[in-house]
Amino acid sequence: MHLPFAVLFRLAWRNLWRNYRRTLIMLGAITVGVWAMIFMTAVMRGMVDDMLYRAVRNLPGHVQIHHSDYRDDPSISNSMPPIDQALLDALEQPEIIKWSARVRVPAVITSEHDTRGTTLLGIDPEEESGLSFIADSIVAGRFLESVDDRGLIVGQKMIDNLETVLGRRVVVMSQDPDNEIIDRGFRIVGVFATDLENVEESFIFTGRKTVQSMLNMGASISEIAVLGHDYRDVSDVLRLQEVTGPDREILPWYEIDTYLGTMLSTMDGFVLVWIVVVFLALSFGLVNTLVMAVFERVREIGLMQALGMRPSMIVVQVLMETFLLLLIGLAAGNLFAILSVVALSDGIDLSIVSEGMQMMGVANVLYPSLQTNDVLLADVVVIVLGLLAGLSPAWRAARYQPVEAITKV
Amino acid sequence: MSTVRCVDLCRFFIQGDQTIKALDHVDLSIGKREFVCLSGPSGSGKTTLLNAIGGLDKPTSGEVWVAEQRIDNLSKGELANMRLHNIGFVFQAYNLIPVLTARENVEFVMQVQGVPADERRQRAMAILQEVGLEDMEDRRPANLSGGQQQRVAVARAIVSRPAMVLADEPTANLDSVTAEHLMGLFVALNEKHSTTFIISTHDQRVMSYARRLIGLVDGRIVKDETR
Repeated sequence: MHLPFAVLFRLAWRNLWRNYRRTLIMLGAITVGVWAMIFMTAVMRGMVDDMLYRAVRNLPGHVQIHHSDYRDDPSISNSMPPIDQALLDALEQPEIIKWSARVRVPAVITSEHDTRGTTLLGIDPEEESGLSFIADSIVAGRFLESVDDRGLIVGQKMIDNLETVLGRRVVVMSQDPDNEIIDRGFRIVGVFATDLENVEESFIFTGRKTVQSMLNMGASISEIAVLGHDYRDVSDVLRLQEVTGPDREILPWYEIDTYLGTMLSTMDGFVLVWIVVVFLALSFGLVNTLVMAVFERVREIGLMQALGMRPSMIVVQVLMETFLLLLIGLAAGNLFAILSVVALSDGIDLSIVSEGMQMMGVANVLYPSLQTNDVLLADVVVIVLGLLAGLSPAWRAARYQPVEAITKV
Repeated sequence: MSTVRCVDLCRFFIQGDQTIKALDHVDLSIGKREFVCLSGPSGSGKTTLLNAIGGLDKPTSGEVWVAEQRIDNLSKGELANMRLHNIGFVFQAYNLIPVLTARENVEFVMQVQGVPADERRQRAMAILQEVGLEDMEDRRPANLSGGQQQRVAVARAIVSRPAMVLADEPTANLDSVTAEHLMGLFVALNEKHSTTFIISTHDQRVMSYARRLIGLVDGRIVKDETR
């Protein structure tokens, strides 16, 4: 079948601008709709990415190795023996960027004014650098210098809660492996701050050996946090389980924090639903515009059929008109969405709702994240569903009987 | 060999409990190069007969043959194809596609036929010259007078060298001078291109150009005279 695309394209293009006001209104609606699809997706992506980035950086790493019972009872009794040579060799493989062995125990911190529950982390400051947030978050005093460092790093919020200051002494209490209460005085040598206040309250840090010595746990450790190349795909890092042995459990971050893991896996589905919902709102206007455009040209369609244009060509012409309308709307919508994201590349200040944002684990400043896949998804959905919406008026146009269409008043 | 042949052709319309016989057992044969006028009062069946011959309307019963092909049993797509290659149309009004220029309107049928662009343009310009509109090739229908629009329609009807041209009241909306000029053009094209012309009209001046005059009353042929 010969399809004269040149003349169909010419007719479609010129018909589009016959009622330019109606076309411009429809283009405006498509542009705003596409902008909303892409820009809001970028904002949501930015939010989820930020949550994930912060959550991963907030200590878990991409995967963690624990004692196999640690998740059920994260106490000192479920510590692991020191890292053996086989695991050490595996941790030095190129798919692993950084790793850090830690002691992590529940603790109570007491100042002269107040007492708070927290988590005490014994860390190796060198290993933590580049793996977790702590090395980069010191806002006052100093960071830890070695695994033997006896100073304490405390969050800004905790300092406020305890009504104490940098340089003062506090008492930290925890339990040793025999369930005996152990307490020890520490001097606050550094204060850290993050965008999330709950992190500043949740953790206090000192040297790993200092904690091991304080709790009489020898060289045992609570966890090994491991950083791979991409948090979205940690399969390479998970191969460590080949050498971890039966007493150890290796878990990716999305199993450690199932809320975030679920959020990542549902984000793609949510984006698709969002795009389809916006399009459905648009489609009513689109179908109405096309039906009106076809209805106004009944005699012309009859004439073209009388001259030898087959019904299939009429369908193609109306669909081509739909396609051009969508294409221009998409181009404008994409452009405005990209410009919006670029204009907001310094972030959207949401400090006015900071408490709510922090509850979600998101910082006060939101950085929209424009991903090629999301733009393509929006464009493909709009084109495919738009053409499907255009099928009805196109089909209606092709069904006119030439003799009736020509005499239509 | 006939260009058009109608055998016992009927076209009835139902209106409420009434049956209107627009064409009532019409038998007709029109040969090549004929210049035929269908005449008769309003409602006599001229346009219905023209529509049936052109494959724009399906008869209730009977047969229609165009260029030795039976067309009354063809599908919508096959009919479109038959019209594309065999018939040129000139209607009373709304003859042109408003978004195309005069030349593009003339080229339209050839473009749908798949004629190469160079040949298309050359033939369109030649026929526009023949109808005296070579200087108006880039004008859209809205910028042409009624007579000029009809001449563009005639150029479009004839340019693809169809077996016949069907014209339904082509002079109805034209003043007498323009109508005379258009009919002169039809005659000239009929002689030059050997194309069969079938024109429906109730205008006596148009009938005076006919070499064969077929009179219709109430859907029946009441007169068929060759001059």
